[in-house]
Amino acid sequence: MDEASTFRQLGCKKLTEHHQNNFESLKKIANLLRRRILITSSEAKIPHLGSCLSCIDLLIYLYWYELKVDPNNPNGKERDRFVLSKGHGAPALFQALAERGFFSLDLLNEFGKAGSVFHEHPPKPGYIPGVEAATGSLGHGLPMALGMAIAHRSFNLPARSYALLSDGECNEGSIWEAAMLAAAQRVYTLTAIIDFNKWQATGRSKEIMALEPLADKWRAFGWHAQEINGHNFAEISSALINARKEIDRPSVIVAHTIKGKGVTFIEDDNNWHYRTPNGEELSAALAELEVD
Amino acid sequence: MRNTFASEITKIAQKREDIFLLSGDIGNRMFDKFKEIAPQRFLNCGIAESNMMSMAAGMALSGMRPVVYTITPFTTTRCLEQIRVGVAYHQAPVVIIGTGSGLSYAELGSTHHSLEDLAILRAIPGLNVLAPVDSLELSAQLQEAFESKFPTYIRIGKKGEPILHTDTSKLGIGKANLIREGKDLLVLGVGPILNEAMKAAQFLETKGCSVAIASLGGIKPIDTAFLQAMSCRFSTWVSYEEHSLIGGVGSTLLEWIQTHNLMDKISLLRLGTPDEFIHHLGNQSFVLNSLNLDSHGLVNQLDKLINGS
Repeated sequence: MDEASTFRQLGCKKLTEHHQNNFESLKKIANLLRRRILITSSEAKIPHLGSCLSCIDLLIYLYWYELKVDPNNPNGKERDRFVLSKGHGAPALFQALAERGFFSLDLLNEFGKAGSVFHEHPPKPGYIPGVEAATGSLGHGLPMALGMAIAHRSFNLPARSYALLSDGECNEGSIWEAAMLAAAQRVYTLTAIIDFNKWQATGRSKEIMALEPLADKWRAFGWHAQEINGHNFAEISSALINARKEIDRPSVIVAHTIKGKGVTFIEDDNNWHYRTPNGEELSAALAELEVD
Repeated sequence: MRNTFASEITKIAQKREDIFLLSGDIGNRMFDKFKEIAPQRFLNCGIAESNMMSMAAGMALSGMRPVVYTITPFTTTRCLEQIRVGVAYHQAPVVIIGTGSGLSYAELGSTHHSLEDLAILRAIPGLNVLAPVDSLELSAQLQEAFESKFPTYIRIGKKGEPILHTDTSKLGIGKANLIREGKDLLVLGVGPILNEAMKAAQFLETKGCSVAIASLGGIKPIDTAFLQAMSCRFSTWVSYEEHSLIGGVGSTLLEWIQTHNLMDKISLLRLGTPDEFIHHLGNQSFVLNSLNLDSHGLVNQLDKLINGS
């Protein structure tokens, strides 16, 4: 798998038309990181596999093209802030951060081991370079990212703030408290991305709470809202570029995704919220994700 | 006390560009001066305390020194997980002010009473838990809180509380002080209710009883040097608080005595509110009286302790 590690050296790319139309390199990274997520889930028995596979494309685009962050200076004052509000996507975030060069891939050999900082959710900043907030309890990340955005505005810093939410997380009232305040304060430097994989832990998200129409709800709360295919890099790219153009209101990207995306027998099967693959299942999954 | 908070925070914000005041739709007109000097650093966050507390944590992680202000139940138990995770776990140096604490808003009913906040917040790692007795102690603690790398909860009263400290040189976080000298026993407590203890002590003095009173200033961190010194002087301690007997000042002192192997040397009487919600309402004085926790109730209980009955 080392061949793809060269991508680590790519750094955050300036977006050209070529890139907008051709995200082949990102697709290769996505394949590689999906493999690593599956291996970790199987070997270390880390759950939330479906949730990680649904958001990995979003994370890759963010870390390779969108976020102004420097893996060599992860605490730079003017950096953009990314908060994984759906903290259970940590196995995907850790892989993205390692591949992007925030820390050595070798550190992930400790994933899930006793005493390691790499477990099911991100710890507080200071333990893993690139992690901006400890999440895992849902409904905290977006309000924290909003606080960061307001602080940056007050300090006249150009940093933007991003939060990646799950659709289940939108059950939490604090998300809508933050939504109302961000709109009232016209915090246009805040972008929320919802990994809308249509499932939460124990059922269809729209059946548990009246979640839909989700994008319209955000519009009604005063946000600029877009709906995209969250596995299509060109659509992710356009949506984030559009979000940057908003100068009077926060922006939400409702990213339609497939839970477990990339492995046919895991896709849209909610058993994989908690299940981890056995050896046989891992081999079958990896066979679908061969790296060229 | 709340007016002192408003004027102190305004003064501090004049000197420091990183102070940001978040209010939960409360304090109408109280912060007019603050808004005049730092309009961009005041935000009414509405009636949405969970978001307000997480925002404060996020702001602190980005270098701001936010202070969150609303009525105690709403800035503590209403958003407890946001305090625990966002503020305390991240060691985000947020200052949390709970106003109208204890039974300050007695007539507003149990929804507005805060008799569990000290117990609950004390259990959270890395959070200073303070309850100043008067405006002087509040001012000293507030200034220190903005220098601290830890988050701080400050439980204050409402308005018109008398000044009880005469020496301000040793006030601050984790600093206890005697506010009245005495010989027979020591009352240790937090918050403006200690004024009731002062009145009781004055009355008992006419009967020949000499009661010392200490303001602990808070329950975390605890002033161990002070308590050790007091353990050499007094064998009878009385904890006194406008808070449940479970988990507050009395519990903290009991734990301290046990940890320091002083169980045989010190007898501790714990006075506080019972383990129940209060339905029969009146103003603060009425409720304290009905709970036997005002100066009259205290006189009776201390008298028994000193003279037996």
